[in-house]
Amino acid sequence: MSLKVSIPTPLRRYTDGNGVIEVSGGSVSSAMDSLLQQYPSLKKQLYTDDGRLRSFVNVYVNDEDIRYLQRADTTVQAGDTISIVPSIAGGTGAISDFN
Amino acid sequence: MLIIKKAQYESLRRHGEETYPHECCGALLGLFKDGHRTVEDVVRCGNTRDDRPQDRYNIDPKELVAIQRRASQQGLDIVGFYHSHPDHPAQWSQTDLAEAHWLDCSYVITAVEKGSASRTNSFVLLGTGEDDKHFEPEEINLAAVVEDQSICH
Repeated sequence: MSLKVSIPTPLRRYTDGNGVIEVSGGSVSSAMDSLLQQYPSLKKQLYTDDGRLRSFVNVYVNDEDIRYLQRADTTVQAGDTISIVPSIAGGTGAISDFN
Repeated sequence: MLIIKKAQYESLRRHGEETYPHECCGALLGLFKDGHRTVEDVVRCGNTRDDRPQDRYNIDPKELVAIQRRASQQGLDIVGFYHSHPDHPAQWSQTDLAEAHWLDCSYVITAVEKGSASRTNSFVLLGTGEDDKHFEPEEINLAAVVEDQSICH
């Protein structure tokens, strides 16, 4: 079964510049395994040393956050798009917080 | 270098004035070329930090997914983001760096003093990952009206 993974700009250096990768699998977990088999160097960017998805990495199936589905066990179907989206946040903090 | 049209540049600065005293935020769509980022579209986003919007911002990842899709459909990439610092300098903070994960992208910050946009600076996030990421200041090139030095950052 073929589906697509959308790769954000900063991670394309690990996918030979490709923004969309075709993968196979029936779940998010197996689809991500398929992705990492093709581009092993992505693993360190997406997962901690103990195998957990990094806290700032959001994974969506179409428009749904897998944290509100079945996480890595979320079922995927042909034609679905998995999006990897690093978070965007920040703020001023205290004056002493500045560089 | 960040290359952006004057109208787009003014639009993101005006966004900071409109949301003052809260932080604004948005995405920059465009192209990477020759080590520079050229902005083709500025997308305003909502700040989800309802608990302390005066000194924090966060873009809903679901909104980012939609923006990423929109960029792809336009043949563009997400080349950066912007936000405002109400009554604080247009300099990145430790919070900004800790929460920055889009390597090679521009992070544009506008200081908004008492409701008026003052200085705007841009910083590119460099490095290979979380361990060595760092901001470096970059030039903002106002593509459309480069002769008007009065509005340069």
